[in-house]
Amino acid sequence: MFQNRSIEIAVGVFVAAGLAALFVLAMKVSNLSAFASENGYSLEARFDNIGGLKERAPVTMAGVRVGRVEKIGFDNETYEAVVQLNIEHQYDTLPKDSSASIYTSGLLGEQYVALEPGGAMAYMKPGDTFKITQSALVLEEMIGQFLFKAAEGGDGQ
Amino acid sequence: MMGGLQRLGRSALLFFERLGRGNLFLLRVLAGLPSLLPRGHLLVQQLYSVGVLSLLIIAVAGLFVGMVLGLQGYYTLVDFGAEESLGVMVALSLVRELGPVVAGLLFAGRAGSALTAEIGLMKATEQLSGMEMMAVDPVKRVIAPRFLACVIALPLLAAIFSAIGVMGGYFVGVGLLGVDDGAFWSQIQNRVDFFDDVMNGVIKSVAFGFVAAWIALYEGYDAVPTSEGVSRATTRTVVHTSLAILSLDFVLTALMFD
Repeated sequence: MFQNRSIEIAVGVFVAAGLAALFVLAMKVSNLSAFASENGYSLEARFDNIGGLKERAPVTMAGVRVGRVEKIGFDNETYEAVVQLNIEHQYDTLPKDSSASIYTSGLLGEQYVALEPGGAMAYMKPGDTFKITQSALVLEEMIGQFLFKAAEGGDGQ
Repeated sequence: MMGGLQRLGRSALLFFERLGRGNLFLLRVLAGLPSLLPRGHLLVQQLYSVGVLSLLIIAVAGLFVGMVLGLQGYYTLVDFGAEESLGVMVALSLVRELGPVVAGLLFAGRAGSALTAEIGLMKATEQLSGMEMMAVDPVKRVIAPRFLACVIALPLLAAIFSAIGVMGGYFVGVGLLGVDDGAFWSQIQNRVDFFDDVMNGVIKSVAFGFVAAWIALYEGYDAVPTSEGVSRATTRTVVHTSLAILSLDFVLTALMFD
């Protein structure tokens, strides 16, 4: 009887430890804790070039994460990238003339969408589109322009 | 010439015969699972011998795998000035691959071989046929609880492995090598997704537990009932389970992370 009891206790500890480990992985390691407020409202931004932006990339404002990229599509008529942003409900006071830009965190980091608030009195409603956007900087383009400028400058001298 | 062809044909026939018997065996085990419900103590007993007794090797292996990942990852990442990503590297490789796979391989060696030897010896000492004689179905009474115990235990063991491994990486990275504490965790939380990474790892480990249990129990049940037959069956269990886990891991990875 005692033997049976200690086995049952050991199994109970084992199962509890396994579930606790899973819980640690869920809460501490993965971003599940940020999921609770995931069902925000969605906004749309159109970019000429999104560079390496991925779905689920963070959307930040003043460096604080306020949402994430929900979906990336392509508009066949305007040849623009259509990016759906999911903004958490608590940040629902974005001015109408806010702008969205794509930046890179660090030199080799991932790309994210940064929002900058405008000065309008009206707020953005779910489904609205950002009027002002700034595309991602593509390194090759920049280098190309730089070389072009350098070559021009060299001719002038 | 003809003799060679005949041998080839015979081994092919034997292979398919074994495969077929293995599948029928799996069906019988699955059909025997519902009869476990009123007999929970059988399952608890097996969870103890399969899960609790494997805990030590899993925990120690997880700790050291995580610590080694921390060391090696640091030396590579520091060249790019990206040592803050150490946590992501350790956590993602553990949760996605190393947790389920290494836990599965250790499980095959620690628990699978023991199961095969146990069942094989039961067969060799005619305990299984004795049960049949008493109108007790050995598949329901002996095999099914062990099968279910494996399928439950391996995901838990893999989760423990991953969690302890992340802690090991944390000790080495933050404690020993001076990676920033906050950056370590925030980068992990930014980049590890619960459903895409953690849950896929859990699904993998459930699949590995299924395969490991199937192979180990079938090898024992199908073993030649001699001491040599049991020893060969035990060896086959470890080899086949390891190969099955590694190849299944490739297939599952290709399906999950496109």
